[in-house]
Amino acid sequence: MPALPLFFGPHASYSGVMIIISGLGARARGLLSDIKGPWGSSGGGSDKGGGDKGGNGGGDGDKPSPGPWGEPAKRRPRSGGGGGGASNVSSLDEFMRRSRARFGGGGGGSFGGLPGRPDRSIIGWGLLGVILLWLVFTSMHRIAPEERGVVNRFGRYSHTLGPGIGLTLPSPIDRVIKIDVENIRNIDLGSSGTETLMLTGDQNIIDIAYSVRWNIRDPELYLFELAQPDDTIRQVAESAMRAVISRVSLDDAIGEKRGDIETQVNDIMQRILDQYRAGVRIQGVAIKQADPPNAVNDAFKEVTAAQQEAQSYMNQARAYALQLTAKAQGEATAFDKVYEEYRLAPGVTQRRMYYETMERVLSKVDKTIIEAPGVIPYLPLPQVQKSQPREQGQ
Amino acid sequence: MEIIRRRPMLSGLVGFFLLFTILGSFPIDPETKQAVVVQFGKPTRILNRYKPGEPIGGPGAGISWRIPFVDNIVWIDKRVLDVDMDRQQVLSTDQLRLEVDAFARYRIVDPLRMYIRARSVERVSEALRPILGSELRNELGQRPFSDLLSPERQGVMENVRLGLDRVARQYGAEIIDVRIKKADLPDGTPLQSAYDRMRTARLQEARSIRAQGAKQAQIIRAEADAQASKTYAASFGKDQDFYEFYRAMQSYQTTFIGDNGEKTSPTTIILSPQNDYLKEFTGRGR
Repeated sequence: MPALPLFFGPHASYSGVMIIISGLGARARGLLSDIKGPWGSSGGGSDKGGGDKGGNGGGDGDKPSPGPWGEPAKRRPRSGGGGGGASNVSSLDEFMRRSRARFGGGGGGSFGGLPGRPDRSIIGWGLLGVILLWLVFTSMHRIAPEERGVVNRFGRYSHTLGPGIGLTLPSPIDRVIKIDVENIRNIDLGSSGTETLMLTGDQNIIDIAYSVRWNIRDPELYLFELAQPDDTIRQVAESAMRAVISRVSLDDAIGEKRGDIETQVNDIMQRILDQYRAGVRIQGVAIKQADPPNAVNDAFKEVTAAQQEAQSYMNQARAYALQLTAKAQGEATAFDKVYEEYRLAPGVTQRRMYYETMERVLSKVDKTIIEAPGVIPYLPLPQVQKSQPREQGQ
Repeated sequence: MEIIRRRPMLSGLVGFFLLFTILGSFPIDPETKQAVVVQFGKPTRILNRYKPGEPIGGPGAGISWRIPFVDNIVWIDKRVLDVDMDRQQVLSTDQLRLEVDAFARYRIVDPLRMYIRARSVERVSEALRPILGSELRNELGQRPFSDLLSPERQGVMENVRLGLDRVARQYGAEIIDVRIKKADLPDGTPLQSAYDRMRTARLQEARSIRAQGAKQAQIIRAEADAQASKTYAASFGKDQDFYEFYRAMQSYQTTFIGDNGEKTSPTTIILSPQNDYLKEFTGRGR
């Protein structure tokens, strides 16, 4: 405690401390009276008196006490409520004046008559404005078209505001939580980078990636019923997809039943979430990828190759069949035409055809005619054969 | 008033203290929480207790009261909570393994019992987690593997839920739902053998598709042959004698000249004058 006497001068340190406290109190009261100002309370005089009394209580010595900052009090005659003599004006008065001047900004205390009145009303109107702004901002809520405002009155759900301007009680009473209900959120499950394997009904394994789109149907249920709504939807999606996939075969899941699976997952998810009262609507489930796992993909490609191959077998056979039947029809038709002519004159036609054919045949081949009866057995066949290379050589 | 003027600092502090005490005496209970009011460790009241079927905005939540310094409020979640199980390996009756990942949803329905037994929601979750695993193992372990793939069908999950619910009731909780999130073959041999099975099944399918294709092709060819032969028969059968002649003529031409410009091997024909073609060559009057 050696610093205190130095600071407050040689007088009783106790009284100095008291002055500080009462000074603070006066400052607080000054604030309060400022607040009262706009409502026409003329608390200035009584405050002043109070301050003087406080000064009397605090500074009990005849000597002027030093101010809180160690500055001696100025002896100045005062107009309002000067109950105490000049010697009795304590540092508290000075302190009050200073503090009032600090708040009022204009040092109103030095004026006679109505000290601080205009300043107080400015502060008062300012405060009123702040309160009004507070009321306006906390009781009027602009709800965007895609939003709903859930109103809680002292924590209890009261009602839900639709789009537009919604009016509620001001802030500590009503609180509004705005939530976007139209925005369709997307959850991707089984990303394309890693394999998400699932067992199908025929105990095969499928690599599947899908996404779930959802939005909020009942904002109050969504806010108040589930501890972790987003996690819940994700888990329910996984569970529903697994349940459906485990009922279909691999070929169906890969192939044409995808649409069915999507619908079923959608329905199951909606049912489970309704059971939880999640307040969520599932807008759609989309299977982005349903493939056999990488480890067996080659075998699946083999099947595709086999299908192509089988198809090409059949195509070849069909081409052969077309060719064959066309040829048969052509030949049959040709025969029919010739036969019709033949029936008109059988003998002549036959001879004509015979000679024509013989002409065509014999004109193109080497011919040897042997007239003598004995020659035939001795015909040198190699010589006959020799004519062939000669012919080819020409 | 006098005391305030005399000791404003002290009275200010007291004022703040009183203000906070008064504010603290009227706790606000949100919709998402229920509360147990504890008087020196002894639970006296329950606020906003969950009632089944009660709509949101019922009389439970809202502003409440408590005696300062005497009543202590323990907040307990009212919403649907989650127990996520660690992966469990389940052995079916036919000795096949399956790795199962499940979750349960629960809600605290008896906050008082929960407070006495577990103190906090986290501890309820921790208590339920191993039990969920063991219930699941017990229930699935009594089934053949084929049933494990879709356990929803046989009411297995309902049994698990009931079993878990029995335990959860002791903690003042109610199990709403138990679901299997994942059911996979364990890595290593079971997965590899499943892959092998899939691979061989596909190769078999490929082979059978090829065989089917070949079969179809053969049938198509045979049908075409039959069709052609039928066409020929219908046409040529009208006069067998003429057909023989006609076909012989065609055949000579094909054999010796070639069909459609196709070159045949060179031919040498040695004719006897007795040949029918040379009948006139030797002179008619001989």
